[in-house]
Amino acid sequence: MMDVWDFVAVPLSYGFMQRALIASIFIGAVCSVLSCYLVLKGWALMGDAVSHAVLPGIVIAFVLGLPLAVGAFAAGLFCALMTGYLKDNSRVKEDTVMGIVFSGMFGFGLVLFTKVDTDQHLNHILFGNMLGITARDLVEIGIVSGGTLLAVLAERRDLLLYCFDPQHARAIGLPLKVIHYSLLVLLALTIVASLKAVGIILVVAMLVAPGAIAYLLTDRFERMLVIAAVVAIGSSAVGTIVSFHVDGATGPCIVLIQAFVFLLTFFFAPRRGVFALRRA
Amino acid sequence: MSLVAAKGRRTHVASADVAATLSVRDVTVAYSNGVVALRDASFDLGPGTICGLVGVNGSGKSTLFKAIMGFVDPRHGEVRIASLPAAEALKRGYVVYVPQSEEVDWNFPVLVEDVVMMGRYGHMNFLRIPSVEDKRKVDEALERLDMSGYRHCQIGELSGGQKKRVFLARALAQEGRIILLDEPFTGVDVKTEVAIVDLLRQLRENGHLMLVSTHNLGSVPDFCDHVVLLNRVVLAAGPTARTFTQKNLERAFGGVLRHFRLEGGELHADEDRRRVTVLSDDERPVVFYGDERGDEEPLRRKNHEDES
Repeated sequence: MMDVWDFVAVPLSYGFMQRALIASIFIGAVCSVLSCYLVLKGWALMGDAVSHAVLPGIVIAFVLGLPLAVGAFAAGLFCALMTGYLKDNSRVKEDTVMGIVFSGMFGFGLVLFTKVDTDQHLNHILFGNMLGITARDLVEIGIVSGGTLLAVLAERRDLLLYCFDPQHARAIGLPLKVIHYSLLVLLALTIVASLKAVGIILVVAMLVAPGAIAYLLTDRFERMLVIAAVVAIGSSAVGTIVSFHVDGATGPCIVLIQAFVFLLTFFFAPRRGVFALRRA
Repeated sequence: MSLVAAKGRRTHVASADVAATLSVRDVTVAYSNGVVALRDASFDLGPGTICGLVGVNGSGKSTLFKAIMGFVDPRHGEVRIASLPAAEALKRGYVVYVPQSEEVDWNFPVLVEDVVMMGRYGHMNFLRIPSVEDKRKVDEALERLDMSGYRHCQIGELSGGQKKRVFLARALAQEGRIILLDEPFTGVDVKTEVAIVDLLRQLRENGHLMLVSTHNLGSVPDFCDHVVLLNRVVLAAGPTARTFTQKNLERAFGGVLRHFRLEGGELHADEDRRRVTVLSDDERPVVFYGDERGDEEPLRRKNHEDES
């Protein structure tokens, strides 16, 4: 019993570990809720694209002296809008266009980064720096993720209808474009909130895994939200603590745990797991 | 008119005072790849109508639905619903859309009652918190379609006919006066088909306007009082008896349909000159029986004409 206590208490005796744990819980919560929509809408690649595309925004914001989060947000949204524009005006399919736009922007970001002398470490942007989170970062993460979370939860029914049956949404006069872009804006905000902790390469895992796990476990959307949140917050907390003990990078530890939970669910989910389906 | 009766009974329905009319005027729709899917389409429909929308695949049926719902902007022409521009009528919740089964993601984590409740969203505030009234309407709609026992089922667990009923229940719960049904008879059992037709007839009595796209040619004369025949243009539009003729169908489907004719010795031992023509678009065929002029009325199934 004492061992379990120490396992948790020892890391948390450090201030940077406390901040990391709080940040990981905030981020887990907001990412999990959004992941339910991305999984149902088939927007996993959109999550990956927007997150990669923020890199040039961060560098340009640094040059202009703007908050990095603003640059990241603008670049992420630009990627989504550009994808939509190119898809609407050519015969090329959306996922193809997205692949070109986000890799192009990511490449541009890397080139810019080597030319501009920023005070940032590339590794920290790419893979996150959970243990370097300052009190000020924590406030920023709290505000962005808290606001995003509230907005998603308040509009969860409209967002769900948009994913499930856009034609009906249209027929009852809901502003489809507004809902579409709101979801993109909320996605970009979530990515901005998660950047410092898990980085732009791995954030897509946080944006997909919890929703996918919950989708295998329930047939009710409201329960899906709760299960995804529990999984994401749980794995964020456990991942943060484990990373201290194995002396590994925190973001990857969290992502690894989520992938492991997904595999467990994939095989052992009561009704939708592989073994349950075999028995049925 | 039946509309007046409907108004007296259901005054709480905002859209019940509205005459259900649909006016499609010179509508041309072209997609960005240059294909003109619909050219100069015009027709008018009034309250208390069930109108069949018939044509081959790619004839512009879905495009017409999309134009009515504002999903595509016509290059020129106009759709007016209840005398309003389409966008305004949609905003007021006058238009109901019942999707094709193939368009629905049946693995989506929603229950039957969740789907029906979506029909009420237009009546709620922006947080979509259902009122007592909304819940009552959902109960009534489920009851009317005999789906109350399945309300807590995930939609993928249902049979083909039950799936259709869920979306019809949602249509009822929404209480719009103009109802667009996309292939409502595809993949449903005969019992559900009869139930759907009965429901449409009841709605017609109440002054609703229904536009039904279908490949089920044989049942068109059974329940549609109007027909619009499409093939990129409106080939014919009007009352079924006048419009749904063998000649027009052959124009609409020219060579695409399974088509056979029995006459002379194959059909009659005597000198009877009448012949049977069967046209089929994969589902129930339409049968014409008469002489060579080709303008005889299609055979109808009398049995459920009397039920409504």
